[in-house]
Formats: sequence, C-alpha cells, structure tokens
Amino acid sequence: MIGLLRRDLALAVRAGGGFGLGLAFFLIVVTLVPFGVGPDTAILGRIAPGILWLGALLACLLSLDRILALDWEDGSLDLLATAPIPLEGVVVMKAAAHWLTTGLPLVLAAPAFGVLMNLPGPGYGWLTLSLALGTPALSVIGAFGAALTVGLKRGGLLLSLLVLPLYVPTLIFGAEVARRGAEGLAIGAALPLLAGISLACVALMPFAAAAAIRVNLR
Amino acid sequence: MMPDLGRYAIEVISAYAVSLALIVVLVVISWRRAQVVRARLREVERRREADG
Amino acid sequence: MSSLWEYANPKRFMQLSGSMLPWVSGLAALCLVVGLYWGFFLTPDDFRQGSTVKIIYLHVPSALMAINAWLMMLVTSIIWLVRRHHVSALAARAAAPVGATFTVIALATGAIWGQPMWGTWWVWDPRLTSFLILFLFYLGYIALWEAIEDPDTAADLTSVLCLVGSVFALLSRYAVLFWNQGLHQGATLSLDKEENISDVFYFPLLVSIAGFVLLFVALVLLRTRTEIRVRRLRALMARERMA
Repeated sequence: MIGLLRRDLALAVRAGGGFGLGLAFFLIVVTLVPFGVGPDTAILGRIAPGILWLGALLACLLSLDRILALDWEDGSLDLLATAPIPLEGVVVMKAAAHWLTTGLPLVLAAPAFGVLMNLPGPGYGWLTLSLALGTPALSVIGAFGAALTVGLKRGGLLLSLLVLPLYVPTLIFGAEVARRGAEGLAIGAALPLLAGISLACVALMPFAAAAAIRVNLR
Repeated sequence: MMPDLGRYAIEVISAYAVSLALIVVLVVISWRRAQVVRARLREVERRREADG
Repeated sequence: MSSLWEYANPKRFMQLSGSMLPWVSGLAALCLVVGLYWGFFLTPDDFRQGSTVKIIYLHVPSALMAINAWLMMLVTSIIWLVRRHHVSALAARAAAPVGATFTVIALATGAIWGQPMWGTWWVWDPRLTSFLILFLFYLGYIALWEAIEDPDTAADLTSVLCLVGSVFALLSRYAVLFWNQGLHQGATLSLDKEENISDVFYFPLLVSIAGFVLLFVALVLLRTRTEIRVRRLRALMARERMA
C-alpha cells in the first residue's frame, strides 16, 4: 500500500500539476476577493476565515478528478481492483496522496494567505488547525465523487455539483472554528464536531467510493 | 369574491402564483413526455408485429 | 395481493399503475382544489401574520413532500441495491424532479412568507438554508442519472449517491442549525405553525397536505410508467439495430 502511495505521489509531482496548481489557485482566489469585495481591511479581516476556507475547498476540488482518471484511462484501475490490496485501501491511499499534494500544502500555506486577508492575530493557529483537521475529509469525500464520475468524459463540473453539497458540514464546522478563533471567542463544540466528521469520513467514505469504482469497472 | 388580503396581497398572490405555475409546468412536462414515449413505443411495437 | 413484491414485475406494475393513475390523479386534483380554495378564500387572517398565513397551505405541504420524496428515493434506492428490481430504480429516478420541484416551491413560499417579517426576500434561516442544500442534492442526483449511459450503472451509482447524500443531508441539517445559532435571535423566524394551530387553519391544511401527497404519488406513477416504457423502447430499438 505504501508503494501505491509513493507511486501516486511521484506521479503527482512529476506531472507538475499537483503541488503547485492547488496553491496557485488558492493565491488567485485570495487575490481576487479584495477586487470583488473592496479593499477595506476591516471587512477583509472579518471574512478572512471563511474566504480562506472556501479557497482551500475549491483548490481541493480542482485536483479531484485526477485521483482516479489517469488510472482509469490506462487501465491500471482494473489491475488495482484485482490486486491483493482491498479496493478500500487503494481509495485511502489515493485520497492520502491527494491530501499530501493538495490539502497539506494548503494547510501550511494558509497563514501566509491569512496575512493577505488581514486575518486577526488569534486566528492563525485556529485556521491552520481547522484546515489540518478538515482537509482530509475533503480529500476522502472528493475521492467518492471522483469514483462516481470516473467513467465520464467531461465529469469535472458534475463532480463539483456532487461533491460541494457533501462538503457543507465540513465547511460549516471548519469555518466556524476558524472564525471563532479569529474573533477570540470560545471554540466550543465546533472543534470536536469537525474532528468527528473528518474521522467518520476517512473511516467510511472509502467503502462508498470502492463500491462506486466496482460499479464503474463492470 | 377575493378576500381582503390587506397589506400582504402581493406576497400571498405571488406565493400562490409561483407554486401553482411550478406544479402546472411539472404536470404538463410529465404528461407530454409520457405521451411522446407511449407513441414511439407503439410505433416500434407495431413494426415488430409487422415484421413478425 | 399476495405480496407487494409482485409489482416489482414491470408488467404487473404497469397494469396496477395504469388502473390506479386516473383515480389518484382525480383525487389529487380534488384535494388540492378543495384544500387551497378553502384555505385561500374561507379562512380568517392571523392576528400577527395577517393574510400571509394563507401561504401555509402551500408551504407546509410542499416542504413535507420535499423531504418525503427524498425518503422515498432512499427506500427505493436501497431496494434496487438489494433486490435489483428495475421498477424500484426507475421509480427513484421518476421521483427526483418531483421532489426537486416541491423543494423549490417550499423555498419560494418560505421566502415570500418571511419577507414581511424579515424585510428582505431571503435570509439564511436554518430551515430555508437546509431546503436549499436539499435542492442541491436533488440537482446532483438528477444530473448523475442524466450523465451515465448504461442504465444499470446509472441506477447503481445514483443509489449509492442517494444513500451517501442522505447521511450528509442529515448532517448538514444539524450543521446549519449550529451555524445559525451564532446570529442574534432577530434573524430566526418561527415559521413553526405546528404548535397550537387552531382548527380553522388545521383542516384545510390537512386537505392540502393530502392533495400534495396524492399529487406526488400520481406524478411518480406517471413518470415511472414512462421510464419503464423508455427502457423497453431502448431494448427494442437495440434489437432492431442488430437485426
């Protein structure tokens, strides 16, 4: 399984699109927001946690179809399905590769982007923590969406339509943690709820995704 | 005949208008599609009978 | 009727639904007309809400059916996954646009009803927001059916989506409640009419609800019949092409 992980990581890095694209997109979004909303730093500071979360979410969405599409096209998905590793494990590794190349860089880069958005001081730690806890859920939910649409030629937009509503709980709790942290309020139930959702998704979504892949491979 | 809807006439009327319009559109679309498909199926099944 | 499962057989379903449809449609129309006429013309205004209370006869039934349609899709999806009855999968597909339309009606009437009290045409109140999310789930489900060529693959994938979507829809409901509690209470409006609703409003509401339920059943029967015919049509045309 680790071999699979390493292979996917290598593919992502070599293809060049992986690491850089997500971060670049995040940067673009953060740059465009003030143009849309006005340069008032007070306003930007207030919406910063939400915008940063949205940016991370959209950046994750971008690279989702690549989780499975390449292997589908050259037939390696068939081979993986019949390999001794359970298909659920394959999905977990692919989601992990996606997280390492998209989610993790976003988590690490988020504070820098927070500066651009005038994120209030106390918010940095909480933003990073919420993204760290939430982005794995995004990867694994995204893997499910990718599994549903893997057979489709231009499934990108459909993938977004399917996956974005599924992101709502994670987004709500993640942004809530970030926002309360930034405003200096007590975080309360949001943090354990976020962690709980992420854990449950990582545990359960691979089964749904594997089922979808098996259907598509028939 | 029309009850005195008072200050909220626009709201109430538009709520009813929108809802009924959506229902009518849904029913009409469903019905017409049903008609079309039934006709085409009858057509194809008649061809099957004819060919034996 | 020895067992409900007999009607999983397409032919028997077509027979039963064919005889049921005129009656269900007629009854639906009757209940809708009676309920809405009664509610609109023959009920008094509410002390606080004025004549906008009349919107209840549209909002409550449509909201109820928006949820129930999805639940029906969930049940039929599970039946498809477990017992592979095509009628079940097609019924789920047939129900989705009906449920989606009811969701839009619930959203529109909910927003319009709230306007005099909120002062704007839309607020992110928990109930409306949850229905908006539900609408997105409907859209995704319908889009997935449309996108996939092979009918059995489509049935399987949309069923899995319906299952996963149901869990997330429920999660979202609670997340939205959590999300909105942060706002000052002024924004939340109690459209909760179930508490102590007086009889004069209650009975026309019941009739309207019955009307909407029957309308849903009638439309799903009609649309499922169409889907079954489409399936047969495709099979016959494929055979023609091969001959």
